[in-house]
Amino acid sequence: MVSPVLRRVNARAQQLLQIADDELVLGWRNSEWTGIAPFLEEDVAFSSIAQNEIGHARALYELAARELGTTADELAFDRSQEEYRCSRLVELRLVPDWARTIARHVLYEQADEQRLRELVDSDDGEVAGLAAKIDREEAYHRMHAQMWHERLKDQPRYVEALEELRPLVDERGEHGPELAELWEEMTMVRRSVVGATW
Amino acid sequence: MGPAGRARRSGVIYEVFRLERKGQPFQHAGSIEAPDATFAEWYAREQYGRRGESVALWVVPRDAVAEIDDFIDELERNYHRVDGYPLKEKLRQARERAGTNASATG
Repeated sequence: MVSPVLRRVNARAQQLLQIADDELVLGWRNSEWTGIAPFLEEDVAFSSIAQNEIGHARALYELAARELGTTADELAFDRSQEEYRCSRLVELRLVPDWARTIARHVLYEQADEQRLRELVDSDDGEVAGLAAKIDREEAYHRMHAQMWHERLKDQPRYVEALEELRPLVDERGEHGPELAELWEEMTMVRRSVVGATW
Repeated sequence: MGPAGRARRSGVIYEVFRLERKGQPFQHAGSIEAPDATFAEWYAREQYGRRGESVALWVVPRDAVAEIDDFIDELERNYHRVDGYPLKEKLRQARERAGTNASATG
């Protein structure tokens, strides 16, 4: 069921939703490491990165929501699974594989950096402004990813993971079963009581 | 999960000091375990600088800190110390000599 809102999604909103969906889903996946990361400092670090990403998603949804005449919450949680525009890369559930998790982290941050750089140059003042803010925070994510890449780059499991995941960076369209599972969990509470105001 | 084993130490311990405001001394804030200085800096920013609570941080490998915890005071030179001169006692003795026993505020 395509929500009425989505029927009139224009190019600008589509672009915003694509990034927002990536950030929301990746933030969710990264937060699955909270409490079980390899060591305490990294638990805090990765949770913090996850939280930042969800914050980015929120800001992007809000921008799109104003355009579409809806709310950020509705865009984040009330669409059907097919309507999400995230990449295959971010959908995958990688816990408890740290090598693959870091590989995804590195690949995503590289791709996101390029995407943000284009948006910062956008003629659209609102989008450019938000992209610049997000980019300044993402600088720390990139630093973190680079640090880990330096540390793991000679490890066979990590090298394999990079090769395995690289093709999924730009794969969008058909979602895998992982997104269905994630969507169920993510929207479970919200759907649990019909008509509730939270 | 298997039985709890002995925890493995794989990193270096760094001590973190933070500067609350310019003009204040750096104060010890906590410690971080990290594989190297690059990671230590990232973690220090995350754990001690994320909310703009510090103007600056010092991140120091624990090995670089020289601790001193033994002090010699064989002759008990308590006159070196501020509390080596108990004023209350001297005041009491002086009042006695002067013939006034009752002291107003002591």
